[in-house]
Amino acid sequence: MADEQEKTLYHLSVSPHIRSKQTTTSIMLEVMLALLPAAVFSVIHFGPRVLLVYAACMGSAVLSEWIWQKLTHQDITIKDCSALVTGMLLAMNLPPDIPVWMAIVGSAFAIIIVKQVFGGIGENFMNPALTARCFMLVSWSSAMTSFAVHGVSSATPLTIIKTGEGQLPSLLDAFIGNISGCIGETSALLLLLGGLYLIIRGIIDWIVPLTYILTVLVLGYVFGRDGLYEILTGGLMIGAFFMATDYTTSPMTHKGRFIMGIGCGLITSIIRCFGGYPEGVSFSILLMNIMVPFIDKVTLPRIYGEVKTSK
Amino acid sequence: MNRYLFNRPRTFRGGIHPPDFKEQTEGNSIQMYMDPQMDLVFPMSQHIGAPCKPTVKKGDQVLRGQVIGEPQGYMSVPVHSSVSGIVKDVKPMLTSTGNKVMSVIIQNDHQYNEVEGMHKAYDYKHMTNEEILKVIQNSGIVGMGGAGFPAHVKLNPGPEKKIDAVIVNGAECEPFLASDFRLLIEEPKKVVDGLKIVLQLFPEARGYIAIEDNKPTALSLMRLLTTGEDRIEVVALRTKYPQGGEKQLINAILGREVPSGGLPADVGCIVHNADTIVAIYRAILEGRPLMRRIVTIAGGAVAHSHTFKVRIGTSVRELVEAAGGITGELSKIIAGGPMMGFAQVGLDIPVTKGTSGILLFTPEQDFSGQESPCIRCGRCVAACPIHLMPMMLNRFALNREWEQFEKFHGMDCIECGSCAFVCPAKRHLTQTFKAGKKIISDERRAKRAAAQAAAAAAAAKDQAAPAAGK
Ligand code: SF4
Ligand code: SF4
Repeated sequence: MADEQEKTLYHLSVSPHIRSKQTTTSIMLEVMLALLPAAVFSVIHFGPRVLLVYAACMGSAVLSEWIWQKLTHQDITIKDCSALVTGMLLAMNLPPDIPVWMAIVGSAFAIIIVKQVFGGIGENFMNPALTARCFMLVSWSSAMTSFAVHGVSSATPLTIIKTGEGQLPSLLDAFIGNISGCIGETSALLLLLGGLYLIIRGIIDWIVPLTYILTVLVLGYVFGRDGLYEILTGGLMIGAFFMATDYTTSPMTHKGRFIMGIGCGLITSIIRCFGGYPEGVSFSILLMNIMVPFIDKVTLPRIYGEVKTSK
Repeated sequence: MNRYLFNRPRTFRGGIHPPDFKEQTEGNSIQMYMDPQMDLVFPMSQHIGAPCKPTVKKGDQVLRGQVIGEPQGYMSVPVHSSVSGIVKDVKPMLTSTGNKVMSVIIQNDHQYNEVEGMHKAYDYKHMTNEEILKVIQNSGIVGMGGAGFPAHVKLNPGPEKKIDAVIVNGAECEPFLASDFRLLIEEPKKVVDGLKIVLQLFPEARGYIAIEDNKPTALSLMRLLTTGEDRIEVVALRTKYPQGGEKQLINAILGREVPSGGLPADVGCIVHNADTIVAIYRAILEGRPLMRRIVTIAGGAVAHSHTFKVRIGTSVRELVEAAGGITGELSKIIAGGPMMGFAQVGLDIPVTKGTSGILLFTPEQDFSGQESPCIRCGRCVAACPIHLMPMMLNRFALNREWEQFEKFHGMDCIECGSCAFVCPAKRHLTQTFKAGKKIISDERRAKRAAAQAAAAAAAAKDQAAPAAGK
């Protein structure tokens, strides 16, 4: 018996001895699953060419992560699928007619400059896809701001509101997604479904999306615009559910998440109503991203049984 | 009593919902396993505090209930033999703590002859608190939830602490384990009567029997048994891990928070595990020292899950055989629950006063995943019942920034494992906190010792100086 004891090596480790089945990879896969309905819709709505954009962004993201990590002799982490999510989100935030090479460059920028240079997953302080989008907006502004449906150029609802020229689509069309805009942002309905799926599955919590959307809704009316229309158009739905909730670049605490949501809503509405750009979702999220370390600091939870040290 | 009516199950903030795996354990009633065949091992240290001194030597004849280890000081309780037989040896043996501990090894003669003076019920209603506490200490009772804090010390917080709540912890929140649950439904009367004894020690206090709401049978049984008892209340708690943690229980039931670094008595509470209360009952009303306990044997690698009532000292290997033996591929042995228990090197350890369960995991159950970078998802923050920031503490611990670790309250971590359980990046959160806390408290102790030594040296000098002057 003693011999057997010495031969068998049981696994020794410190508690806890059970772990949840959820992993970084499984979370990323679920995020992509949640984006899928809106992505499928975009292919139908804008035509099969957008598939090329998806492939370019996602392929470039994964490849640049792999190359960077090879060159810098780090562990290859492409299996966690986070680069795929970044690529997919970037694609959904680009105009349907974007030249493929731009998509490739933008996606590589997102992964290498915004994510990996800062230390990789969990370390970047700005959302990679959104930062890349803004970089592209600055670099190739005309390509990034011309929208077309089925090859026919058409202004986005928010541009129509801003310039006052053209016929606004109906609220129902805006809800379903039968409007002009970035590839993946048009269908409020399907993005909402995807977002709800993530909330129900516990992947994201409701605080940021709800406070963000509500703030834009209320401020829309306050600023004399149609609040409902505001939340169904532009990048709000994809931004509120999929970008502002990005783990790395949003606050950890519940209190902090309220601040994040309301802050994003505030900045979005101000840019839309008073700024030079028709749309403000990307900028507002990026601005709030920069604030996150500070928000986390001031919203540190009070610990159980904390003893006030009076000095 | 309207607190009852519109009271939702009470709880605390934070915590997790791990799968409880109790389908296989809770349904089986307690089985007696009272005739152990293998030699029994009685470690001299089954409690926090100074280890006992063996009072027997090789070759001695011992009787059931005989003291074989004498307590050393107030923070110590005796060890009793749970069988009659012959002392085979007194030597260090491996225990579930992972260390070798001086132990008395007894060969069972299967006669179970008792030492004289057993079976005497005490008339506790006419005893003073000191007398009751003395009986409890002499009966070798320690907290049976695992930590092994001597019960009489817990029950004697000192006159300056006004105790107004005695809580019986029936919230068995660790997955797999069912020993408390079975005890609550099979020996409920003893729990209630044991609580009454403790309540006599604290005339100001109310008694609370706290049970999670996934154990409705235990709840209704307890309610039935306590109707008319105006000092006892049965409290339903939300099923959540770690609901059975002392601090979480107190918070859920009374809304109070034990101050950081303090004890439950600081907020007027005494918390005892249900099995400990039954041990007190048996000591006072049956005159029997602590010689048995209830142990759950479960996990994918054992033939059948069982909850046994066994004699303390029984070999775990023998119990596993009694449960049908190992059938699957055994990858990990855990003493205690899966969230806070200790991995074992083998089955040749004895059941001690703190052994609530033995889990035998197959490789599939023993899943810990591959550690990857933190993605700042915040799950650990939401899960922590102490409201710490585990991912920050993890970073501090890995960088050995102990000052920061302390500043962000790392020492308040109760090592419940919730954060590590939920972490999708499978980071070894709790694991690094345990190590960090140990390093810091070792350091503190060393500092204190150094300061004491310095003070002593200074005092000696002071004394020496006038003497030399004379
Ligand atoms: S749960 Fe894990 S991955 Fe998420 S924030 Fe905490 S340590 Fe990081
Ligand atoms: S192990 Fe410590 S840090 Fe982690 S959840 Fe439990 S108390 Fe919080």
